[in-house]
Amino acid sequence: MARVFRFGDGVSTDAIMPGRYNLTTDPAALARACFIENRPDFHETVRPGDVIVAGSNFGCGSSREHAPLSIRACGVSAVVARSFARIFYRNAVNLGLPVIRCADLYDAVRDGEQVEVDVASGTVVAGGRTFQGEPPSAVARRISEAGSLVELIRDHGWAAIEEVV
Amino acid sequence: MGTLVEEIFTRRLGRPVRAGDTVVAGVDAVMAHDVTGPLAIDAFRSLGMPLWDPARTVFSFDHVFPSNSVAASELHRRIREFAAEHGIRNLFAEGICHLVMVERGFVRPGGVVVGADSHSTTYGALGCFSTGMGSTDIGVTMATGRSWFRIPETLRIEVTGELRTGVQAKDVALTVIRRLGAEGANYLAVEWGGPAVSAMGMSERLTLANLSVDFGAKCGLCEVDATTWAYLGLPDQGTQRPHDPGYAEVLHVDVGDLEPQVSAPPAIENVRPLSELAGTPLDEVFIGSCANGRIEDMAVVAGMLEGRQVSPTTRTIIIPGTRTAYVQALERGYIDTFVRAGAVVMAAGCGPCLGRQHGTLGPGERALSTSMRNYPGRMGSPDAEIYLANPAVAAASALAGMIADPREER
Repeated sequence: MARVFRFGDGVSTDAIMPGRYNLTTDPAALARACFIENRPDFHETVRPGDVIVAGSNFGCGSSREHAPLSIRACGVSAVVARSFARIFYRNAVNLGLPVIRCADLYDAVRDGEQVEVDVASGTVVAGGRTFQGEPPSAVARRISEAGSLVELIRDHGWAAIEEVV
Repeated sequence: MGTLVEEIFTRRLGRPVRAGDTVVAGVDAVMAHDVTGPLAIDAFRSLGMPLWDPARTVFSFDHVFPSNSVAASELHRRIREFAAEHGIRNLFAEGICHLVMVERGFVRPGGVVVGADSHSTTYGALGCFSTGMGSTDIGVTMATGRSWFRIPETLRIEVTGELRTGVQAKDVALTVIRRLGAEGANYLAVEWGGPAVSAMGMSERLTLANLSVDFGAKCGLCEVDATTWAYLGLPDQGTQRPHDPGYAEVLHVDVGDLEPQVSAPPAIENVRPLSELAGTPLDEVFIGSCANGRIEDMAVVAGMLEGRQVSPTTRTIIIPGTRTAYVQALERGYIDTFVRAGAVVMAAGCGPCLGRQHGTLGPGERALSTSMRNYPGRMGSPDAEIYLANPAVAAASALAGMIADPREER
């Protein structure tokens, strides 16, 4: 089971990782700064496997990859949002942080609730109901299968993407 | 045939490309700055591949330059070492990356440029497809010279009417954001067109392209015309316009009656007419950023501050966006005007926009900024308030110590 950390609409990368805290590339330091001002107890209370559930436009604003990197470094198993800002979504896929677009989960769960997430199928079971996320694009799936964009390109080159589009 | 973005990728790939296609394409240049650069370098090193092209790889020191901390200096050192190792000479510490990319000639009409900063959309003003990505994507492009793109559907914004005095491109963008919301163009290309955009100079078009990402767009493109070529100092090579385009949506905006707009906290889409917010007291005014830090913006502000004094209760910070703009402002006497007016002029760069150095806001403080982001915590404390407006409104507000209408000045 995973605990839900529920956030609202329009959570910016400034809220996830304020510009005063990302002068480092160290994942452990970034994890300590994750949501440091928006939700200061986040990094101390989140446990590996927990899940972030959010409203629309999650990760809007700055392209700083420190934001999804910090979430991953906290051990979050997935971010499930009604919608994602484009750059954040792509960054998360590139890093191997599971991101699931799901229209209905947000209104159905409370902060702190226990849910079950199956990243491979993009489903979340909450309160006895099963919520199905939107399937990722062929490219996103290919990157996820490889683990990260770096691993995909290093091992297979751009052909790996050209052959699925 | 197609939208601007379809035409750019069709020419690039030598085959018809349509919205919805996913392609792998070469780029003309790849950029990262002092905060996103080190992560891009890490991604690049993990690939174990040689650098694609040092002449087309750019690093800009602007988000925290000059360094304000040991940590920032460490980031700068890592970039310098990487550049030395790979023979990269495009290591610029002369202002905001997006403006430097244009000044240094990395942006050409019809080009494709990617950058590790969301406001990389700015180059769309010159008819160049450009978009912001994360450091991993940029590190991969540094190694391969390529990236993958899903060709976006296009939202055409057709702007008509003549802007009144004191009303600028910033107000056009903000009124569009008010209508569409902060994710109104998510995953879309935006085309800015119509007679009002054709009439704009390049500085104003750069503002439109810049703010496109702040309502979600992947890129914000303007048509290429004589203004574009003149700005680049190149011979006129003709127009680049969409041909028989199929748009996802066309938004008509008439700006003839538009008054200055102000985006109020806590989110950019919370846009109100200036008249509703006039009189709001301010602790800080920031004039600069990649949205409004060009010499044209400095000229507007200098015209209003000349021989006047900014409010003693408001700290006013002015930052010409690039060294070139700074030198022009010096030569034209603007810096003299700013300093004598009581403003603080700082080194070309991003400044207070992202709350990392210079004028960082404390809890309960209220700022008006010509930048483009007012998320809680963006410029400092999450309990500070950020209002966004055009440079004329900012200058009038600096004088008054409260949000003020530039049309009532003088």
